Order: sequence, then structure tokens, then C-alpha cells
Amino acid sequence: MSRNDVLVSADWAEHNLDSPGVVFVEVDEDVSAYDKGHLAGAVKLDWKKDLQDSVRRDFVSGDRFAELLSERGISAGDTVVLYGGNNNWFAAYAYWYFKVYGHADVRLLDGGRKKWELESRPLTDEVPSRPATSYQVGAPDTSIRAFRDEVLAAIGAKNLVDVRSPDEFAGRLLAPAHLPQEQSQVAGHIPTAINVPWSKAANEDGTFKSDEELRQLYGEAGLADSKETIAYCRIGERSSHTWFVLRELLGHRSVKNYDGSWTEYGSLVGVPVGKDV
Amino acid sequence: MCGAPQQSDDQADAATKETVIQGVVTAAGEPVASAYVRQRDATREFTAEVVSSESGRFQFFAAPGDWTLRALSARGAGEVSFTADPGVTDATLALSG
Repeated sequence: MSRNDVLVSADWAEHNLDSPGVVFVEVDEDVSAYDKGHLAGAVKLDWKKDLQDSVRRDFVSGDRFAELLSERGISAGDTVVLYGGNNNWFAAYAYWYFKVYGHADVRLLDGGRKKWELESRPLTDEVPSRPATSYQVGAPDTSIRAFRDEVLAAIGAKNLVDVRSPDEFAGRLLAPAHLPQEQSQVAGHIPTAINVPWSKAANEDGTFKSDEELRQLYGEAGLADSKETIAYCRIGERSSHTWFVLRELLGHRSVKNYDGSWTEYGSLVGVPVGKDV
Repeated sequence: MCGAPQQSDDQADAATKETVIQGVVTAAGEPVASAYVRQRDATREFTAEVVSSESGRFQFFAAPGDWTLRALSARGAGEVSFTADPGVTDATLALSG
């Protein structure tokens, strides 16, 4: 696995908007962003409506995911290029999600919507119509998804990486600062976790830093590749960004994303919590 | 915290429960839509990023303290630093190319 297998540049994307077998998919936190303008031919996935179960807190089932991709006209053999706003947070979440459900060729557009817009590249409001497919899904790959009991057992044993901002890690803020701060969970972090904010892995234009810079970042933070790693944030989208960096760019062997993240852990009764005062 | 909060005669009081930083991105005095506005903490670490509205407006929910806002757009970049207290802090971010 190398950078070229999992990332595409804005130039590559602009030259391949019409390429057969390549499907661009926009996933945003702001679900109205697509409607205001998107890459020509790109389809939209709503991270909440399309990708979350409407009742329980979980993924949609494999059958529903297959139905969704079939409706959007995506085949198992297609190269899916994901992109979005917020420095690709939700696109990275979708990347990880597609991998859990076993899609073979998924890539991220380096820099996402931001770099595309900063370079004044073309956007359209035309919604493409793609013929429906019959997408099939196998068993989910849980080797890249962590659940709460596993996270509790990892305290002091595995690498735990909290990718939230230092203020959230320390317990001074409960959510990223573009969201209201009144939340029901307690503030703090999982004991023994190290804090490497996701943003340290990205440049200001939303592109990923070089492999060398990334290796140095996690090396200095004391993240040993010899141990298994679990990344978490608040709801699992920023930690998907770091999961992508560690596993897909740097090639660490065992990296899981804990999508329950702080909203789950910080609500559990009786578990240990670290907090800086 | 699902119970109704204690009501105040001063309706504006509701806004002071959060530390809100809000304002507008401008270039040559005109509002700039779709600018990327990034909030950095006192150590310059990223804390959040939003995209300015049609009328150039942005809003953050922060904690009291020192903050820097930086905006990027195809029309240029701009930066402003200030101290926020509980309640609403207004900020203007002027871009230069």
C-alpha cells in the first residue's frame, strides 16, 4: 500500500471526472454543501441519513449498504474517490466505512473540497444519474473497527490515540469549537491515551503532510508500530482521518478506529477517565 | 441536563452560557462567502474550521481565552487574534490577496 493507491491529487481528479470505472462521491458534515456545487459527475452520500442506522447508534446493515450503493450506481469493481469539506473528516470516515464493508478500491481526494475551491476549480449543481447496479457486501471487517470493551482492555496495553484538540483532550471543551459545548458526557480522555490532534497530519489547504513528516510526528509522539493502535475522537470522524494516515499512508499493521469515541466512552458508568486540571 | 434551565428575566443571558465568537469575513469591505475560517487556540493548535455563509458570517462556540482566527479563500487570506470572554465576541476578518 502506498500513497498513490489511496490518494488522488486535484489534478488527477480533474482529468478523470469522466473516466469509466471511477466514481466520485462527496460526503460532508454540512450535508447541504453538495447541493451548492460539487465535482461534475459526483454522487452524494449523507453521512447521517445514508450511513447511520435510523434508530440504533450503529452503521447501516450490510444489506442496506449494498442497496444504497446499488441505488447510487456504484459497482464493487469501481474506483471510489471520496472527498468532502472539513478537511475530508467525513470523507475519511466514509473511506473507513467502505473498507469495513470490503470495497476494494477506495481513495481520498487530497485536500478535499477546500483545496478544490481554493484553486477555483469547476463545480456544478447538476445531479448525475447513474444506472443502478447490484452491489454485494460480505461480512464486515472488524479488524479495523474497535468496540468499547476492547478499548477498556487497551488501557495501558495498546496505543490509544486521542486525535481531538488539546482542549478537548484536557477536558476544557466537550466538542470541536464550531459546535455548542453543552453535552451529556463527562469531559476528559481515556487514561494512557496520547494526544496527537488530527490537524497535525494535515496542511492548511487540507492535504496530508508528507510520509516523512507523518512518520516523524507519530514517532515523536511515541506511537510504536510494534503495538496495536486504536484511534478515537468525539464521534469517530476525525479519528478516521488519523486511521487513514496510520494504516493507509504509513502502513501500520494493526490500527482500529473506535467510532463510539468520546460520546460513548464519556457516557459509560464506572470507567476510568483522565483529565488535566 | 434534560431539565428546563432556570429562566432569566434577561433573555440575552442565554447567550452568555456559551462563549460565542462570531463575525464576518470581508475583502475590500465586501462580505466573502465560502471562505474557510479556522480557529486556533493560544498555542496556535487547530480547534475548528467553518465555511462562511452567503453573507460572509461565521460562528464558533469556544471557551474563554486567547484565540486566533485565520481565513483562507480564493480571494486571499487574513488573520486576527483576540481574547474571548463568556458571551458573544465579535470579530472581523479582512482578507488581503
